[in-house]
Amino acid sequence: MNVALVKNETGSALSDSFAIARDRLPGADKVAAAREAAFAAYAQAGLPHRRIEDWKYTDLRALMREVLPLAPAPDAAEFSRAASAAKLHAIEGVRRLVLVDGVFAPKLSELGGLEKGLGIRTLREVLETGDAALQTLLFTPDNANPMVALNSAMMTDGVVIDVADGVVLTQPLQIVHIASGTVPAAMFTRSLLRLGKDAGATLVESYIATEGAKAYQVHDSLIISIGNNSRLDHVRLNEDGRDAFNISSGVVSLGAHAHFNTFGMMSGAGVSRYQATIVFAGEGSRVETNGVNLLNGKQHADTTLFMDHAVPHCDSREIFRAVVDDRAHSVFQGRIIVRPHAQKTDAKMMTRALLLSDDAEADNKPELEIFADDVTCGHGATTGALDESLLFYLRARGLSEKEAQALLIQAFVGEAIESIVNDGLRELAIAAAQRWLEARG
Amino acid sequence: MSLLEVKDLKVRVEEREILHGLSLTVNPGEVHAIMGPNGSGKSTLSHVIAGKPGYEVTGGEILFRGEDLLEMSPDERAAKGVFLAFQYPVEIPGVATMNFLHVALNAQRKARGESQLTTPEFLKKAYAAAASLNIPRDMLKRGVNVGFSGGEKKRNEILQMALFEPAVCILDEMDSGLDIDALRVAADGVNALRSQGRAMVVITHYQRLLNYIVPDFVHVMSKGRVVKSGGKELALELEASGYAQFEDAA
Repeated sequence: MNVALVKNETGSALSDSFAIARDRLPGADKVAAAREAAFAAYAQAGLPHRRIEDWKYTDLRALMREVLPLAPAPDAAEFSRAASAAKLHAIEGVRRLVLVDGVFAPKLSELGGLEKGLGIRTLREVLETGDAALQTLLFTPDNANPMVALNSAMMTDGVVIDVADGVVLTQPLQIVHIASGTVPAAMFTRSLLRLGKDAGATLVESYIATEGAKAYQVHDSLIISIGNNSRLDHVRLNEDGRDAFNISSGVVSLGAHAHFNTFGMMSGAGVSRYQATIVFAGEGSRVETNGVNLLNGKQHADTTLFMDHAVPHCDSREIFRAVVDDRAHSVFQGRIIVRPHAQKTDAKMMTRALLLSDDAEADNKPELEIFADDVTCGHGATTGALDESLLFYLRARGLSEKEAQALLIQAFVGEAIESIVNDGLRELAIAAAQRWLEARG
Repeated sequence: MSLLEVKDLKVRVEEREILHGLSLTVNPGEVHAIMGPNGSGKSTLSHVIAGKPGYEVTGGEILFRGEDLLEMSPDERAAKGVFLAFQYPVEIPGVATMNFLHVALNAQRKARGESQLTTPEFLKKAYAAAASLNIPRDMLKRGVNVGFSGGEKKRNEILQMALFEPAVCILDEMDSGLDIDALRVAADGVNALRSQGRAMVVITHYQRLLNYIVPDFVHVMSKGRVVKSGGKELALELEASGYAQFEDAA
């Protein structure tokens, strides 16, 4: 089949979908114009395919084939199923903000008694009545990445969080994405977190499905702006349904002397890609970005990180671990760029994959582009199986094969999970990893 | 019934036969020393008893309390009471020693249909055993054997022996890499675990260890067979005359 034809087919089907959805999409005038431009950029590129270097290992034309139509607004039954799912995954002491099938659900969210200096609005509200500056911030990402462009065109709802200067939130915030629909559909969400100067916050993002949710597509993005001397701790847990697609993007910008600690775990979804761009815009800042992929069956999970050292004196650390079983496929692409003036940059990236079966696949693509001469940069990548001598030692001490493997897998992902500072959230990630190990049997 | 019976055992590793018909009978309460030069098959014997993969048994059998040991997985053997103290205990980064010991003990207890030890119950037991072996609590919080000295690794093996209370302990070259003080501490630990119902098989190249762990029986291995058996005096005899005579005999 010829590529142009494929592009036309997917493009036109979606054009119809966009045309139909347009009236339901919030925002007029400038917002509508920005959507049109974003959609035009997407329509021209189409779904990314393997001949585009950045998508070499995640060919969405083969894996996703088409973008599903926009999910209908959830009905009472769907909200009720979502409520049960939210309850099941509830985290104690966390302020929950829930999106059901891409629509903000105030009844499932905790909006009362906001801490002083914390503002929470929905994306819909901001696109319809928000100020121009905030709307501009929401359209920060350009349309170069077709999936980000598509998200810009189609975003229907999300959570817009503002933390004022000098405010350090004591209660973590959680954005929960729940898919409940009984028909296959796509949801397009975008959230934003704006952290002022000398501020602090902890944000958790969770992706889950209710029982009976059909094959669905999550198209999400999160825009984060961290002010000078501020700190954000961020944890992302993907436990989407096994036949779900999740294409999410993060766009993060740090001021001076800021600190961003982020951890992501992908154990759900059939096909997922998390692509994040982190830009150092002020000196003296630090980023730790760590992640774990726990995959089996035919799962495909891609983590693509772009660390942009645009200014001097910033540090970044990336620790990534993948555990891949059965016929699953894990992808890690880590690109670090050190711009010409970004002297005294200290950037390190280490990725390791553990293959549990002969058919499992892990692709690691570290890329360093260094244009400054006084920097410390390094990367390492390893791929291997579980160490037989360690397995035998554990079995000689009474652990079954599965128990011995589980203990070694926990240790393998432990280094990445240990980086989560908040005790409760670290426990949460450990529990998610344990659920995956137990499901292995 | 004997505790452990190795009968005419023949073992191959990658097409090469290492054990050519080895027999050994161990009864409860007995301490057997197996001595022999490098390459005589001592470690192969210990690995086959514990169930290490990569060895092909082409003849003979191993019975544990009359049951066919070779049919069991390594973890089943451990739960039944077979313990191998490794010559080179492996390092397992990221697995805290305490957690490992708890998981292992409970896995063995579960296999035997015994109750699981809660964390407080386990800690009490583990701390008592560690104290008797001069193992500081700090060491138990570290990754299994990670950054341990040679002596600490061996003491960690003996700690496991004390906690798991096996019926047969195979000590594979326990003296390798230990100085005389560390050796004495390790041997004291082993001696404290000698009992009427428990047997030990001490595998060693050197007689020195047997000054500290005094055996009831000594077997000399050469080229994959036991070529001579006797009492503890046989070890001293070997010390004087060396292994060369047996290498010729084998």
